[in-house]
Amino acid sequence: MEASKVIHAIYTDDDVLMSAVKTVKAERYHIEEIYTPFPVHGLDKAMGLAPTRLAITAFLYGAVGLAVATVMMNYIMIQDWPQDIGGKPSFSFLENMPAFVPIMFELTVFFSAHLMVITFYMRSKIWPFKKAENPDPRTTDDHFLMEIAVHNNEESLTNLLKDTGAVEINIVNKDEDAH
Amino acid sequence: MEYKISNRLRTGAIILMILGVLGVGYGFMDAYSVNEDNITEFLANEDHHGDEHATESHGEEHDMSTAHAEESHADDAHGAEVEAEGHEMTHEEHVLHQLHNRPYAALYVAAFFFFMISLGVLAFYAIQYAAQAGWSPVLFRVMEGITSYVLPGGALVLLIAFFADSHIFIWMDENVVAHDAIIQNKSGWLDKTWFMIRGLIFLGGWSAYRHFSRKFSVAQDLADINDNSNFKKNFRISAAFLVFYIYTESIMSWDWIMSVDPHWFSTLFGWYVFASMFVSGITVIALITIFLKSKGLLPFVNDSHIHDLAKFMFGISIFWTYLWFSQFMLIWYANIPEEVTYFVTRIEDYNLPFFGMVAMNFLFPLLLLMNSDYKRIPWFVVMAGVVILFGHYLDIFNMIMPATVGDRWFIGFPEIGSVLFFGGLFMLIVFTSLGKYPLLAKGSPFIKESEHFHY
Repeated sequence: MEASKVIHAIYTDDDVLMSAVKTVKAERYHIEEIYTPFPVHGLDKAMGLAPTRLAITAFLYGAVGLAVATVMMNYIMIQDWPQDIGGKPSFSFLENMPAFVPIMFELTVFFSAHLMVITFYMRSKIWPFKKAENPDPRTTDDHFLMEIAVHNNEESLTNLLKDTGAVEINIVNKDEDAH
Repeated sequence: MEYKISNRLRTGAIILMILGVLGVGYGFMDAYSVNEDNITEFLANEDHHGDEHATESHGEEHDMSTAHAEESHADDAHGAEVEAEGHEMTHEEHVLHQLHNRPYAALYVAAFFFFMISLGVLAFYAIQYAAQAGWSPVLFRVMEGITSYVLPGGALVLLIAFFADSHIFIWMDENVVAHDAIIQNKSGWLDKTWFMIRGLIFLGGWSAYRHFSRKFSVAQDLADINDNSNFKKNFRISAAFLVFYIYTESIMSWDWIMSVDPHWFSTLFGWYVFASMFVSGITVIALITIFLKSKGLLPFVNDSHIHDLAKFMFGISIFWTYLWFSQFMLIWYANIPEEVTYFVTRIEDYNLPFFGMVAMNFLFPLLLLMNSDYKRIPWFVVMAGVVILFGHYLDIFNMIMPATVGDRWFIGFPEIGSVLFFGGLFMLIVFTSLGKYPLLAKGSPFIKESEHFHY
């Protein structure tokens, strides 16, 4: 398969990066990816990324946790072996509910937090021994890198990026199959 | 940015107050239309009705038999009265007391409810200063307007306590105390003179802080741009006030609320009352801010400010629930008779208000205000806020009523009248105060940050 080319524009300041992103978007170029050493406030909005739905998944996972806790304790304490333990009323779930609330709460939080984190790992493709996808090690320290695909427009794109304040512009061959 | 209370609002508030007075007046007339002479007849009529409502009369019999059989099972007012008369107080006398207590208790609940809103706002305001919050200075004038009700509102609560006397606080009745060893042992604290002195000290401290912080806040507006001395003074007195407040609020909750059940005590009660007043206070800040903004008077308040207020409403609602449940669950779990009577009365006689309040104060805000987008929609915040306020009125209702009127509660003329009266008074005082100074505290060193606050 033919290797495609991408352009790597490197910046040293997040404010410059932000204005560069706006310029590039205004010129209707598609930004493949941006690598930054720290979260840049407002970058996702400037890039036009869709908002995350992680919070919605967390809510649903919490509901699952609550259901698990309720069903589990109803089965164990009320249905399966309704023993009299210290005079607590085990005739119905509702009658003994206050004693179950701490567990219901904790399981809701447990499910919500852990499943959301795992969802985040899966969606972000992060796991142990994963090969780092870092195009330039400096982007973990103090440099910002913008990656734009090249489609026979090297020159105009290079000029545009130079104007936006890029300190370094590299054209890189990127093997599509390497992913 | 200048605001003047409109004639329509003022007239509306006065009409509410007049309707309230009529409602309360009717409540007193109605309550005192039953007296020693016709109480037997009244109860006979009631029994007749009782036949039609089999469950109701059954509940009453049950209540009566337990009250006489074992006083500790019944509510405190019950137990105390029964004991006071050497177990000789008749059913008639008992009912008569409850009927006569009702308009006093209704007034007291509403008076305390509106007072606690302004006190909660005062605590929130002091926290904003002490924390040097960057988002809230645009709301300072709204908060100062609401806290103008602290002094008159608190004075009214004390006044009602003074005149209602043993109609609300059973320990103020010498006859009862003479026969009640438990209250006798607490009489070093539960003493009417000492109660009033304490109340005046609390109120004096709170309104003194309110007076000076308002003064410094207005002075800061007129000061030179480089002169932050008034802000610094406000910072210092706010920090000092918060220390004073947390002690006095706790003691106030024992005095003004917990002592209606003088046989009962709970250690986290002060926090619980605090959470209730804090969340109602923040809700009222949000409601008045949205109201003024809808009039175009607060152009510098953006939806991020509303979002932050709604976050507080959400968070403190959950904090309230945490305390409510902690208090309930600990007592339910241990089930010690001297503590658990408190919840037995509430669950038996106040089932709907007691659990309904949890739905209104917890489930409703939890589900409505969880979504970040909803917290920016004014009508959504208003809707949640109204439910929260009703819920916290019920909360106070559940604290006072079981001890004063027992199972003879109803939300009727005296209760609604009291809410209308104090609601009208609250509106009148707060909106008049809002009109006194510009709505932007432009002198605050954080005002620029606050105007550009964005979340």
